[in-house]
Amino acid sequence: MESSKSAGDLIREGDFVVLKREDVFKAVQLLWRKKIIFEKQWIYLDNAIQQFYGTTFEITAGGNLQPKRKLEETNTETKEAGADNRNIVDDGKSQKLTRDDIEALKEKGIKGQEIVQQLIENSTTFRDKTEFAQEKYIRKKKKKYEAVVTILKPCARILAKMYYGREPGKICQLRYDTLAQMLTLGNIHAGSKVIVMETCAGLVLGAVMERMGGYGVVIQMYPGGGPVRAATDCFGFPKSFSDTLHEFPLSKVNSLLSGKYSPEISSIGPNDKLPLEETSNGCLGGQQVAEKEFSSEMVPESNESEAQEAMQLSTGELENQDNQDQRNAKEKKDNEEKKRRQDEKRKKEMQAAVLLRKKNADGLIIASRFHPAPLLLSLLEFVAPSRPFVIYCQYKEPLLDCYTKLREVGGAVSLRLSETWLRNYQVLPDRSHPKLLMSGGGGYLLSGITVTRENVKLDSRCLDVQKTEEPAPKKQKMEELQS
Amino acid sequence: MSFVEYGEFMKEGDIAIVFLGHDSMFPVKLQHGAQTQTKYGVIRHSSDLIGKRYGSKVTCSKGGWVYILHPTPELWTMNLPHRTQILYSTDISLITMMLELKPGSIVCESGTGSGSLSHAIIRTIAPTGHLYTIEFHQQRAEKAMEEFREHKVDHLVTVKSQDVCKNGFGVANIADAVFLDIPSPWEAIGHAKSALKEQGGRICSFSPCIEQVQRTCQALEAHGFTEVDTLEILLRIYDVRTISLQTADLGIVAEDVSSTGLDSGSQLGQSSVCDNSSQRTIQFKSAVTPREMVGHTGYLTFATKSLF
Repeated sequence: MESSKSAGDLIREGDFVVLKREDVFKAVQLLWRKKIIFEKQWIYLDNAIQQFYGTTFEITAGGNLQPKRKLEETNTETKEAGADNRNIVDDGKSQKLTRDDIEALKEKGIKGQEIVQQLIENSTTFRDKTEFAQEKYIRKKKKKYEAVVTILKPCARILAKMYYGREPGKICQLRYDTLAQMLTLGNIHAGSKVIVMETCAGLVLGAVMERMGGYGVVIQMYPGGGPVRAATDCFGFPKSFSDTLHEFPLSKVNSLLSGKYSPEISSIGPNDKLPLEETSNGCLGGQQVAEKEFSSEMVPESNESEAQEAMQLSTGELENQDNQDQRNAKEKKDNEEKKRRQDEKRKKEMQAAVLLRKKNADGLIIASRFHPAPLLLSLLEFVAPSRPFVIYCQYKEPLLDCYTKLREVGGAVSLRLSETWLRNYQVLPDRSHPKLLMSGGGGYLLSGITVTRENVKLDSRCLDVQKTEEPAPKKQKMEELQS
Repeated sequence: MSFVEYGEFMKEGDIAIVFLGHDSMFPVKLQHGAQTQTKYGVIRHSSDLIGKRYGSKVTCSKGGWVYILHPTPELWTMNLPHRTQILYSTDISLITMMLELKPGSIVCESGTGSGSLSHAIIRTIAPTGHLYTIEFHQQRAEKAMEEFREHKVDHLVTVKSQDVCKNGFGVANIADAVFLDIPSPWEAIGHAKSALKEQGGRICSFSPCIEQVQRTCQALEAHGFTEVDTLEILLRIYDVRTISLQTADLGIVAEDVSSTGLDSGSQLGQSSVCDNSSQRTIQFKSAVTPREMVGHTGYLTFATKSLF
């Protein structure tokens, strides 16, 4: 029976996981004795270790988890039900349990399921409610009192939904169905060489990497001092995936295109530390910071040097001299580490430059907070002919610009400006309808396919002809009008 | 070339897309000695195509030109010979992401139909995944297999001709995902469940009618699927156009002619002496929606098979 279950499906310490309660997600790294706040509750994830992914847990007193077996549907639902609500009066007195009573029940550690049962029994109107209303009542109470959490393996579907729900600002309002379109329109698949330029916390990069499965090459073009990959880390990719991932600074694209590129004139300065910290912070940079504020007890396990330092400080003043030595040694080590990192970075940049220079990329994906037109026109130079490209923008107008400019310079066909609408449905017997709320917008896409460009001479001549030709009729018209 | 691997140059036996213009393209199989007719004249495969780079501009006999594009599942979807109603890329995108497909995924699909979705699945799960696709229509199943061979992806797919509602997918406990596009999906939910891995997986059912969705959801719940979620995705395509709108002639107020100097009002006023040129136009770029759009393809119902 256990044959088809593999060890890879077990939750292990250090794994990046996603917690799910109802429709709310949260990505965390599973660390031993680490307190996590989720949906206003403190929890420890220790008991999840060695359980299977997809397991639902009940949160017990003290924030521990207990695997929840398949729920035997409580047959509490009274068979009695009203036909309509003509006699139901909202006097605010239908629930006989007071707030304090409910709090007391909770403090006693009574299971959520039983609290819901008590609420039903103490509701004078419950029996008069229609069957549907009873069901809705129970569903709402369950949601509130039954504290269950499911632990899922991260994937693009879940993380894209999570980010759109929790932090849409960090991903330029990129809705998950729009991201899905990008991956398909970009023909992202194993074995290709894809250029990604994004400022979506690394979500788009992660989604691309997931689709490539560690086969092929991804080149991330980054603004500023270094790439942001907070969301990418949440995917928990195997180490081998990082061998396929390259990065190159946007600020050197022009010099690379003009052939004046050299990694030495690098502007790698103090500002490159910032994004590095952001990535080492683990998933959801901002969120974790927020957590730190909440928890005073939290030991930052992820940051060993900090913990070490704390220990050193607590060892007392007697060993002051010792400390000084240690600190000097540490500083030296840090400097070496810094130099090693910079060398590494330079080496990776060189590798990326070599890959880009071939100008044979199989695709280009752009999703950033910058104006897309200059990015597109430059980065498209690195893409081979007959390859798809997709540009995301939160707003439509910059994509109109991209469209017009691409038409001018040529080198692209099958241009399409599009948007998708997503509608969610409630499907229940006799109560199916679209959900009340739908997303107002998930951004716009401009997609197309590259083609070989005519040699420059011909191209410019064509353009000239167009330029002189196009306005001509208009001029004529104006003249006609004026005469 | 193949549908799962880019190639740089056109080779004998390749499928290439002849791109004539917006909404006008078709696939050809490259063969030495063969010719293809377009409205711009003839293309000779041996001299015009084979050995050239994908994405090249090719001049036809009458002087017109076309681009030759590398095939992708998306271009194939736009150009394939219809044997059935097909799924388009907008729905396919959502299906692929929500089923969590990636290299290595094992997928079951029914029916195969015209193979529009099949090609997209194969592209995504290559090089280590596999697609088991079930089509009860013998002839369509054979045609699909022939296409997979021609597109050099047959090693990634198994086509079976049987009734999925009666006989299932012919595999057990191996799939990461199941996709159903059949008239009565609720009858296949049990088979889908047993095809999926024991530790779970994802399922999607595509149905045009809400009544079908209703029954499918009931069957999913009855078989213990969780996270049941019904979605609909609509594509809006915009045309980029330069629009010019005339400004209305609001007449002249004699004393205002010189005072409203800031905007074009003064110009308007002055030129109103001449009737014709009083009509000024303002130009702007706009994204225009077509008069009609696809309002409904089908409802997509997703669910998860959980461990317990």
